[in-house]
Amino acid sequence: MATVATTPSADALPKRANPLWQFIKVQPLGVFGLLIILLYVVCALGAKWIAPYDPEAIDFAAMLAKPGEEHLFGTDQYGRDVFSRIVYGARTALAVGILSSMFGCTLGALLGAASGYFGGRIDNAIQRVVDIMLSFPIIVLAMVVVAVLGKRAALGIDWNLIAAIALPIIPKMARVARSSTLSIVAMPFIDAARAAGFSHKRIILRHILPNIVAPYLIMVTAFMAQAILLEASLSFLGLGVTEPTPAWGLMLSGTSADFYQTAPWMILFPGAAITLAVFAFNLFGDSLRDWLDPKLKS
Amino acid sequence: MNNEVVSSLGDKAYTQPAATAAVRARVSRPVLEIDNLSVQFVTSHGTVRAVEGLSYSVYPGEMVAIVGESGSGKSVSALAVMRLLPPGTARIQGSVRFDGRELLNLDEEEMRKIRGRDVAMIFQEPMTSLNPVLKIGLQITEPLTIHLDMDEKAARARAVELLTLVGVTDPETRLDQYPHQLSGGMRQRVMIAIGLACNPKLLIADEPTTALDVTIQAQILELMKDLSRRLGVAVVIITHNLGIVARYADRVNVMYAARLVESGTAEKVFGHAFHPYARGLLSAVPRLDRGRSAKLATIEGAPPNLLAPPSGCRFRPRCRFAIDRCQEVPPLEPAEPEHLAACFRKHEMEMLDVAGQDAETAVKVGANGGAAPILDIKGVSKFFPVRGGMFSKTRHVRAVNDVTLDVKRGETLGLVGESGCGKSTLGRLVLRLDDPTAGEIRFEGIDIAHLKRGEMVAVRKKMQVIFQDPYSSLNPRMTVGQIIAEPMRVHDILPKPQIAGRVAELLQLVGLYPYMALRYPHELSGGQRQRVGIARALSVNPRVIICDEAVSALDVSIQGQVINLLEDLQHKLGLTYLFIAHDLAVVRHISTKVAVMYLGRIVEYAPSDELFANPKHPYTKALLAAAPIPDPVIERTRPRTIIKGELPSPLNPPSGCVFHPRCPLATEDCKKAVPPLRELGPGHPVACIHA
Repeated sequence: MATVATTPSADALPKRANPLWQFIKVQPLGVFGLLIILLYVVCALGAKWIAPYDPEAIDFAAMLAKPGEEHLFGTDQYGRDVFSRIVYGARTALAVGILSSMFGCTLGALLGAASGYFGGRIDNAIQRVVDIMLSFPIIVLAMVVVAVLGKRAALGIDWNLIAAIALPIIPKMARVARSSTLSIVAMPFIDAARAAGFSHKRIILRHILPNIVAPYLIMVTAFMAQAILLEASLSFLGLGVTEPTPAWGLMLSGTSADFYQTAPWMILFPGAAITLAVFAFNLFGDSLRDWLDPKLKS
Repeated sequence: MNNEVVSSLGDKAYTQPAATAAVRARVSRPVLEIDNLSVQFVTSHGTVRAVEGLSYSVYPGEMVAIVGESGSGKSVSALAVMRLLPPGTARIQGSVRFDGRELLNLDEEEMRKIRGRDVAMIFQEPMTSLNPVLKIGLQITEPLTIHLDMDEKAARARAVELLTLVGVTDPETRLDQYPHQLSGGMRQRVMIAIGLACNPKLLIADEPTTALDVTIQAQILELMKDLSRRLGVAVVIITHNLGIVARYADRVNVMYAARLVESGTAEKVFGHAFHPYARGLLSAVPRLDRGRSAKLATIEGAPPNLLAPPSGCRFRPRCRFAIDRCQEVPPLEPAEPEHLAACFRKHEMEMLDVAGQDAETAVKVGANGGAAPILDIKGVSKFFPVRGGMFSKTRHVRAVNDVTLDVKRGETLGLVGESGCGKSTLGRLVLRLDDPTAGEIRFEGIDIAHLKRGEMVAVRKKMQVIFQDPYSSLNPRMTVGQIIAEPMRVHDILPKPQIAGRVAELLQLVGLYPYMALRYPHELSGGQRQRVGIARALSVNPRVIICDEAVSALDVSIQGQVINLLEDLQHKLGLTYLFIAHDLAVVRHISTKVAVMYLGRIVEYAPSDELFANPKHPYTKALLAAAPIPDPVIERTRPRTIIKGELPSPLNPPSGCVFHPRCPLATEDCKKAVPPLRELGPGHPVACIHA
């Protein structure tokens, strides 16, 4: 029998530090971003308890009230409490942001992995479709989808809106996933899997996708910020969420433009909410990228 | 690419024993004196003592080798001499005197003047150590203009002179080329030219030929040796290849786990080493000049982790002769004149080690002539299309060209050749990872070259593969247990509840522990990972295993362990191997039959012992001559026929016999027709009209 090659050193590997604690230590800005995101999540989940007013309740007695004790962020032209609407708006923003980013990235990752793994004609076909999709401005592509599909609400979420926002994400993620896949397909363990007679499905799902989780996570967080922005833009243009549902983009649009001089808080606070959310997701995404990229690790 | 480059040395043999050179060198004072050098790295896991108490000297015109396995500190010590280690993380202590001057106290500006002018360094990777966007000329003239204040014209003239010196043909043209236009061997010559540009007194070469083929390796090392003698340059060569050391080095320093364990002239260290590690290393290398009867001696275990090294003698946990006293650190003391060793039992070693010398004789499965071949390859070719521009024709790289071979059950067929000869492609064709352009591959009588994907699955269970790189051949996101279990699960080889037990069994079979099933690949050492790869291949109970450079990436002591394991498994399980490798000694040791490939074709094919004893094809002869044997006594008397030139492009192979541009026997007839394989002995076909 051959020799047993274990060393005392291999058994006494240094204990790995807790990755969460490491992340906190190395990426304080990312943690800051994460905390803001958590704040939004708390708002979205606990809106009922946090918001002092019903976000859709019209109160003509308190029209255009200034920010103060009564209404923290003031009220709009219908007397609706801006703070409550922002808190409830976090629901729409996060639901649309997270869902569309995850759908878009997951589909994109699958397409990209298949494209890189199969190569040849399949790769060519997928990449040309991706090229065409990338040649449209994001907002135009999303607008077309919303205009064509209309609205389909279920569970309080407009699924067609999510599809519209996810669609422009797919080709971008597919590109990234393809390039990561190409470097993984060149690795001998993929050849080993092929030599073992595994199915294409198994190789893609079990051997390629887990190895592109790092770029996937980075793209998901980065696109969450973009999706929130896109949802706000679509709502602003009247194509996304419709009145009276509270949504940040909607609060900026339409009539609020008429009041920016008399009641600036009507656009100031929702705008700040959007900016802060985008900022937080970007911060977190950036530090996640640095954290997951071993080359950038000291 | 140029393929008629002539080695500037031809077949010169150094008949002068190196010891005389060393003695002669002693008259002058040393160029480099290293005294008690220590290097520590501060990491988040603790302090790594990469080099400890290293002392040696190098005299003018002398070639000193630093030998050791990866992680032994040999490269780090060289970088410390050049002061190229990151100042923040590396702590360097001790003394490094160059030409009488202490280098460790010099300020950065002074040091910069010494680097490149007085001390030059050559790195392993000729692909990446030249800047890809600068012309060769600029890269050679740069040190001349910086260090010697030459004007451009003078520097260019000197560059031409240097390129001629290192055997680069057509130097004027080369100066205006970019690195990617040169082959690997050419690039390494350019690196040497850059190193020599300012007439350095010391040249440090860190694995200078590890990335190169044996024939090119021989060309480069002959060149370095010749230059060292002619110009009186002292050379420090860092390598893991003991053959190179035996052939070229005057003195040898053996490092183990950050410390020097043995130091002396090449003859003395190779002749009778004192330290058990050095002795083990020397007997663990498969040798070209030895038959395949004996089992390789191995050093058990793996080198220690330098974060938490064992106390006392570092080799103690792996040493068969360790005694209580070895808890203390053994000093490096003279064991005889010009020969130091760091072992308390150095004088008893000759006596103690006798028991270890009658190594077990492995039961080797001989070639069974009568049996039907399990693998029968007939006229197989693989051409890869290379598309030119829009209007140019699609050309083809003839990676494998009309290859016919057969492997019988229980045999090991060794497939050797230099990189680019198509041996790995042939392996991939047999595995059907690539589809052959022509020919048939019969496995157990069925032509698998044309099977559909679904039909291949049944064959795949019987045919498995082990890859070269133990780092990238295992999925990093899966545990060892999952990796080994996956093929069994997918192919329903065992009912689910039994799989875990079988994984444990397989781990033990390859010499690992069952608890390692829960580990991830990155938590294992290179040798352990390679064992996991073997266990994965065995999980489906295959009949044939393709070993594609399966031991090339491993350190010598680990390589011996894995080769022995492969042989044990073959014996136990009746496996058949197709063993693809570039290391002739390893192939000789493990194979029953050997096929030599050159530029996509088989040029010679014979039973292993017959081929090595009686090579017929000039290419086989050249390969054997180029591969060094780890024994300075044999090396110094061996005739040296260094093959000229480099492998031609498979995109545009030479006419007729593809070897004719490099062949010493070539005549006009060789250019006309492809020589057929002729039987020049029982089961010994050779593709040469002059053999």
